[in-house]
This record gives sequence, structure tokens and C-alpha cells, in this order.
Amino acid sequence: MGLETAFGHSYLTTRLDEAVNWARKYSFFNYPFVTACCGMEFMAAFASTYDIARFGAEYPRFSPRQADVLFVVGTVNEKLAPVLKRVYDQMCEPKWVVSFGVCATSGGFYDNYATVQGIDKIIPVDVYIPGCPPRPEAVLDALIKLQEKVSKESVLDRKYR
Amino acid sequence: MTSYLLETLKSRFPQAVLETHAFRGDETAVIAKDALTDVAAFLRDDLGFDILMDLTAVDHLPREPRFELVCHFYSLRHNYRLRLKCPIGGEAPSVASLTGLWAGANWFEREVWDMFGIKFEGHPDLRRILMYDGFEGHPLRKDYPLQKRQPRIPHRD
Repeated sequence: MGLETAFGHSYLTTRLDEAVNWARKYSFFNYPFVTACCGMEFMAAFASTYDIARFGAEYPRFSPRQADVLFVVGTVNEKLAPVLKRVYDQMCEPKWVVSFGVCATSGGFYDNYATVQGIDKIIPVDVYIPGCPPRPEAVLDALIKLQEKVSKESVLDRKYR
Repeated sequence: MTSYLLETLKSRFPQAVLETHAFRGDETAVIAKDALTDVAAFLRDDLGFDILMDLTAVDHLPREPRFELVCHFYSLRHNYRLRLKCPIGGEAPSVASLTGLWAGANWFEREVWDMFGIKFEGHPDLRRILMYDGFEGHPLRKDYPLQKRQPRIPHRD
């Protein structure tokens, strides 16, 4: 039996922010917005070897309405930008965005007529992962960074965003 | 070294073949624009070129004629390859469509229209294929501004 048996029918006191953020940061539902080769590394990071379930973030939802974290994985071009914006707008608060790889972050080496020079031109971004593509360790690092960020938020912040 | 394909083309179309060259087995014929359809039909019907492998263009600005259409043909029957080039100039460049001979030319020609602004006469559906509606200009032209951006939605900041 676990720790809970030692507590019995007792209760704990904490701040609401602490309790809510603790729940939020260990239960990210991801929406993978995968457009390019970074997708392969995304799959590697989310497969069993790196076991992203350790962070409670292993559950991809392919509807933005059910997702908390938008992973933008790969190059986003001007033609696709309205789609990305729409996916972001469809997500419910609280929501976070991870920019996966240099193309999503800054356009990468695609400095041309077609490519958006970083998805932060379209939507706000919480965590950027550098790399072409990023190693799975970098993805886990970003996830931990995002958890840290979430744990510092207040439940009152969200509705004013 | 004489090439069977190039010699055949030259003897059949002495006026239309402007130039030929071959490099390590890659044979190229430069064809006058007006003769493109006739030469292509001859390639398909008489020389057995059943596949149009690629059709693209090059912008040679400031050379005149400015554009060059490049077509790569392949014959499954004979295992031959041939490249046709076709200079195209003018303010509103245009050339005859090859869609009547190879249906696969359809999307190639739409791409060349999209990227270079070369019109294909006789094409059944000449729309942009890569860029979005409302995009102005043809981005692979050498005089398209390098830093020009045409966002579909307003950017933040």
C-alpha cells in the first residue's frame, strides 16, 4: 500500500494555485501540429524509449479542443499560418505552446518568400526548443521548463490573456 | 561522338533545333518555341518517349530571351533520356501546353506558372498550385524581391 494509507481520513491544506498548477503540470494533453521532418524526432521523443509518460504528457489529442499544449513541430509557411492560428484559437484555456525545432522558432534556414519567420509572429509561444531537429533530451528539457513555468502561474492570470 | 537521338531530331527539324549538346550521356536539344508541340509529338509518337519526367523553367535575367523551359523525357521502351530546352522571352512569356500529349504536364505547368509566370496556352486549368490565392507576383523570378513577404493574416508585433 502507498503513502495514502498512512494519512488515513485526514486532509491537507495548500494554496489553490499550488494544487491547480500541480494538477495541470502533470497532465498535459498535447496537440501535435506536425508539418515537417521534426515530426520524426517528435515521434522518437514520444515513444517508449524516452517514456514521456514520466512527465504525464504522453497523451496526444488530435482535437485542439481537448488539448492543453500545442506542439508546433516543423516549418510553418504563410499558406499554413491561418490554419495554425485557427487551431490555437480553438484550444480552451489554459493553453500553452511549444515551438519545436528551429524552423518553428525562427524559420530556420528558410529565409524566403514562403516561410513564417517564427511561429511567434502568429501565436504566443511559451517554450522554444532549438535544434534541427532537437534531440529527445531537449524535448524532455523543454517539457520540464514548461512544467516550471506552469507551476509559477496563478489561476487568476489566465482569463486576462 | 554522334548521338542517334540528336541527329534524328536535327535531320527531322533542321529549322527548329537551335543547338544540341551532350555531356556524359545526357543529351540536350534547344528548340525554338514555336516548334515545341511538333517536336514533343515527334518524340512521343515516333521516338517512343512515353514519359514526361519533369517540366520546369529557369530565369536567366538579364539574358534575353529571359526564360528557358526545361523538359525531361524518358522512354520506358528504349531506356532513352532526352532533355529539351526552349527559350521564352517577352513581357508576358507564354508557350504551348504539353498537356495534350502527356497528361502529367498539367501540374508541372501549373507550378511553372505559379513560380515563373509563364503562361501555357491550351492548358485546361492554369491556376496557382503552390502559393495561395491573393499572392502577387511569381517568387522564383530573379526580380522578385528577396525579402518580400505576403502574409495571409496579420503578424503579431
